[in-house]
Amino acid sequence: MRHLLSTHDLARADALQILDTAEEMAAVTEREVKKLPALRGRTVVNLFFEDSTRTRISFEAAAKRLSADVINFAVKGSSVSKGESLKDTAQTLEAMSADAVVIRHGASGAPQQLANSGWIDAAVINAGDGTHEHPTQALLDAFTMRRHWAKVRGLNSIGSDLSGLRVAIAGDVLHSRVARSNVWLLKTLGASVTLVAPPTLLPLGVSSWPVAVSYDLDATLDTGVDAMMMLRVQGERMNAAFFPSEREYSRRWGFDDARLARLDSLGLKDTIVMHPGPMNRGLEISSAAADSARSTVLDQVRNGVAVRMAALYLLLSGNSSSAHGSATENFERSK
Amino acid sequence: MNNSVQTTQASNGRVVLSSADIDRALTRIAHEILEANRGAEQLVLLGIPRRGFPLARRLAEKIASVEPKINPDDILGQLDVTMFRDDLSRQPTRAPQRTQLPTTGIDNRVVVLVDDVLYSGRTIRAALDALVDLGRPTIVRLAVLVDRGHRELPIRADYVGKNLPTSSSERVRVHLAETDDGAEQVIIEGPATAGESS
Repeated sequence: MRHLLSTHDLARADALQILDTAEEMAAVTEREVKKLPALRGRTVVNLFFEDSTRTRISFEAAAKRLSADVINFAVKGSSVSKGESLKDTAQTLEAMSADAVVIRHGASGAPQQLANSGWIDAAVINAGDGTHEHPTQALLDAFTMRRHWAKVRGLNSIGSDLSGLRVAIAGDVLHSRVARSNVWLLKTLGASVTLVAPPTLLPLGVSSWPVAVSYDLDATLDTGVDAMMMLRVQGERMNAAFFPSEREYSRRWGFDDARLARLDSLGLKDTIVMHPGPMNRGLEISSAAADSARSTVLDQVRNGVAVRMAALYLLLSGNSSSAHGSATENFERSK
Repeated sequence: MNNSVQTTQASNGRVVLSSADIDRALTRIAHEILEANRGAEQLVLLGIPRRGFPLARRLAEKIASVEPKINPDDILGQLDVTMFRDDLSRQPTRAPQRTQLPTTGIDNRVVVLVDDVLYSGRTIRAALDALVDLGRPTIVRLAVLVDRGHRELPIRADYVGKNLPTSSSERVRVHLAETDDGAEQVIIEGPATAGESS
């Protein structure tokens, strides 16, 4: 792996390698000394063209726990607001010897542009681009689901996939890069996915995605769901009326107290409720659901650091010019 | 097994330790550890993945068979050193393994690091760094199945199964039942056949 741009083209073996490495990273974050020297002397730039709290802090914590130097580049207050182009910014980072660039951008495809343009040699990690993809979020969601699913099945989560897991993703799929990245990754890992949303919040072409589509959350819950993922209603990206009122949205597609109770009455005792954050409490998820024992919201945040440590480690530690087959030999030579 | 094993030609190298030789060497090391430590008090064996861990387990079992009060699981751990290596940027990416310590931890313990082959000493240097992050043992010792020389750092083993003078162009391969297919043995491969298996 040279870059981490999307989950659409992420091979199953690569995805499992990231998740397995993240398991070891998670073990490190439970220690007293939560720091590893693996990326000492490497520089990671967090290049954020859009506001973000969770993702930026998570990447910063991940890089620091691997002993990398971190430069946080928030576009507000930078020369980008004076009209500097992405190319100029990239070349500035190149001149400062950045080894990895974590980029969040409002335009779909900006990370691909940065990775493929030849402006910069650094590894590029997509931290969310427009309404396109957010691969590390999907990986941390998959990591959270895998741990849960392995526990339910009595397996060791390392090396296991998500085959047999039934996931429902409900809400604003149209504007959600999280949903897109999750759909591709969950499919790769063997889960079955149902998208639940009002027709106005589903993208054109969703029929060609490897998912089932439903407009009725209750009917989907009735069929049995192991992981219920609620998406944020992205008011800031909505330039038209996509649903009549917040009250109606909440009643039909929100995970409210009644639906939380319904999981119990349906006998779905192991179903988890997920949300990528930030949550609109009372709109797509009720406070009781967000704070219930089923909620994995904080686990997702915790796992995010481990998954990003794994991604940074795998992208930055290896010598990509060496043949993979010689790994054992090289390490034995340096015993 | 008699000494004729040592000159047997394996299909891809020269066998220098047979399964029985490995077992005898580990039995001797277990007794040496107990003797130096005057018993199994405060003892912790930390195997370095991959092959150091099964060797540490076997040593722990041998120690437990001599000292019946000891439960081998209580003194056994695994120490991954991948993230502490100084050659991460020069080698292909290597997946980290699990680090697991005995429930007692390693503070104020006598830690014996266990690995299969001692060569440049860089793995052990990384292991010492990893240990510092995990606790503060009273004493750290090193046990290896094979010491093949060519040290690049001032590190030596306290317990050695077999000293094996080698050329740096040769390769030493340790095959264990727990981690490898085929017969359990230690093989020296000449430069011509290096890299054919694994």
